[in-house]
Amino acid sequence: METDTKEIIIKGINASPGICIGKAYLVDSEGVEVIEKYQIQAKDLPNEIKRFKAAVKKSRDELRKIVEKSPEELQHAHILETHMALLKDKMLYGRTIDIVKREGVNAEWALKTVVSNLIEVFQNMTDPYLKERSTDVVQVADSIMQNLTGADKVNIAAIDKRVILIAHDLTPAETSQINLERVMGFITDRGGKAAHTGIIARSLEIPAVVGLKNATSSIRSDDLIIVDGISGIVIIHPTEDTLVKYEERKIDYEEYKAVITRESKAPAESTDGVRLAVMGNIELPEEVFALINYGGDGIGLYRTEFQYFNRTDFPSEEELFDKYKDVVEVMNPKPVTIRTLDINGDKALMNQFNSEETNPALGLRAIRYCLKKPQVFKDQLRAILRAAACGNVRILFPMISTCFELREATRMLDEAAESLEKDGLSYNRDIEIGAMIEVPSAVIMADVIAENVDFFSIGTNDLIQYTLAIDRGNEEVAHLFQPLDPAIIRMLKHVADVAREKAIKIFMCGEMAGTPHHIPLLLGIGMDELSMNPQTIPDIKRVIRALNVTETRSFLKEVLAQTTAKSTFELIKATYGSILSEQVYSE
Amino acid sequence: MSNRKSALRRNVTIINELGLHARSAAKIAELANQSTSSVWITRDDQKADASSIVDILTLACEKGTRIEICIENKVDLHILENITKLIESGFGE
Repeated sequence: METDTKEIIIKGINASPGICIGKAYLVDSEGVEVIEKYQIQAKDLPNEIKRFKAAVKKSRDELRKIVEKSPEELQHAHILETHMALLKDKMLYGRTIDIVKREGVNAEWALKTVVSNLIEVFQNMTDPYLKERSTDVVQVADSIMQNLTGADKVNIAAIDKRVILIAHDLTPAETSQINLERVMGFITDRGGKAAHTGIIARSLEIPAVVGLKNATSSIRSDDLIIVDGISGIVIIHPTEDTLVKYEERKIDYEEYKAVITRESKAPAESTDGVRLAVMGNIELPEEVFALINYGGDGIGLYRTEFQYFNRTDFPSEEELFDKYKDVVEVMNPKPVTIRTLDINGDKALMNQFNSEETNPALGLRAIRYCLKKPQVFKDQLRAILRAAACGNVRILFPMISTCFELREATRMLDEAAESLEKDGLSYNRDIEIGAMIEVPSAVIMADVIAENVDFFSIGTNDLIQYTLAIDRGNEEVAHLFQPLDPAIIRMLKHVADVAREKAIKIFMCGEMAGTPHHIPLLLGIGMDELSMNPQTIPDIKRVIRALNVTETRSFLKEVLAQTTAKSTFELIKATYGSILSEQVYSE
Repeated sequence: MSNRKSALRRNVTIINELGLHARSAAKIAELANQSTSSVWITRDDQKADASSIVDILTLACEKGTRIEICIENKVDLHILENITKLIESGFGE
């Protein structure tokens, strides 16, 4: 039997995670579509311009009121500040007035002309994020237009029941008026993940699906709808079954979120009491705060290449020291693992990657480059040793492929310390030294390398690339880039065994460490520390807390009996699927 | 002569993840608006008025884009430096 309330599922873009179920509230903000064009007599032009300026001022006052009313902690107030600046922008404000004067037309028409031209420029852009930026300009122009024509605005602040907002588009000004007591979530026809509406939804922590194209035409006010901001779908007129399913999902998600937030700062300890340090990888000093918020136990990989990009000369020791010191001081007493330059610096300065060398991955980079450019290397080593006097620093040498390289690097570190002593600068030479294990030769020579270092850090991305001879950027072979390849797992185990035997620590800082389904394996292998993108820390901690290390050790034996990456993956899924399945919510 | 001229321009690369979007453009425009003469941003053969957010946005500078900032009067050198620093710092994002 067919009814007019058939369940409809529409797919959009998941802009903010979460699930809400409720009544739709349609907000129609398309009041000003038809713009009339008419001529203005020369004597009336000053008045027309005055009328335009008054409309801009009104928009400005409205925005200012909203900014003032917004609680300080709302991160998006600065979007509104940008809108205030846009109101007086030469290309919008100045040009509209120019057209009014030059062509003797009404302000609405002049504004429309300016905006249409701008939209055309934006539409031709290829970068989706920048393309979306036209919405800021359009929203500002819309607000002036509404004040020019006197069209009514929807007053979102006046909504008096708990609803889900449905709109063609929401301006930041509109979204900031959202009353969290009343609005459970929202969906829009326009917008993308990077649009401000999405950013605001995430900062308000309410579910949102955007870019649905025709939500406003397929949903009517008071329709019962489900917004699934995790998978980016909206269900209109859900059936009883669907409702039950989503009620459960909603509860699961809320519990999951509560747990994650509460526990992200607590240590990652397995069910049998083994504690693992879960660290973050960073590139910029600014990332430190996110890392602390996500509960990172330290920095397992501080990439230092960034300061060598986009300039014509090498950064000075002072510059480097300043940056390192910032990070080290904020993190103190937690460790900061500084990896020395991992690129070809000459090329970075010249901005010429992939030039000259036909095979840069196998070329002059990282430690090879540094040893060839002692002055560049020494400046960095001195900066690191000086930063080490301000907190807990470890140094990590990348791309070690022979013992000779490691000894040379250590010798230069000693020289750097001696020169600092001579210069009377404060420094600390008594820091842990580590070697990146990312070249197969280093795996084979691990026992010898171990004699010269305090820790190993496995860089899985390069190790996989070099071991399996796979260029990930090459579409033809990218699918063969398999962290779970038995060859890789045996290598990891070998390195970890050597580390244990030589009583040094073993860390991992590649992508593999931040992937939940690799964790049982890595625990079984016996990693002391994992380092990853800061956002994934809470999730990895959660997985570790659900695992028993003794069990993962016997699990590892089963894994080592596998002969393909696929069967290994299946085995992980079969054994730990229930722990890992909660993952769906982290997307 | 050529030395004099190059003193009034700086080459920088956009490093922040989101490129020159409205908020970062607004920060540049705020600085450029304090100058005595014009401040220009050039990308390839396109030139934009640095005091206009909209004009900056039309250059569509995503992450990795190299741009040149140029001033017309050396009394604005500090503004040139400040804008360069702002971009090089990734707008503190």
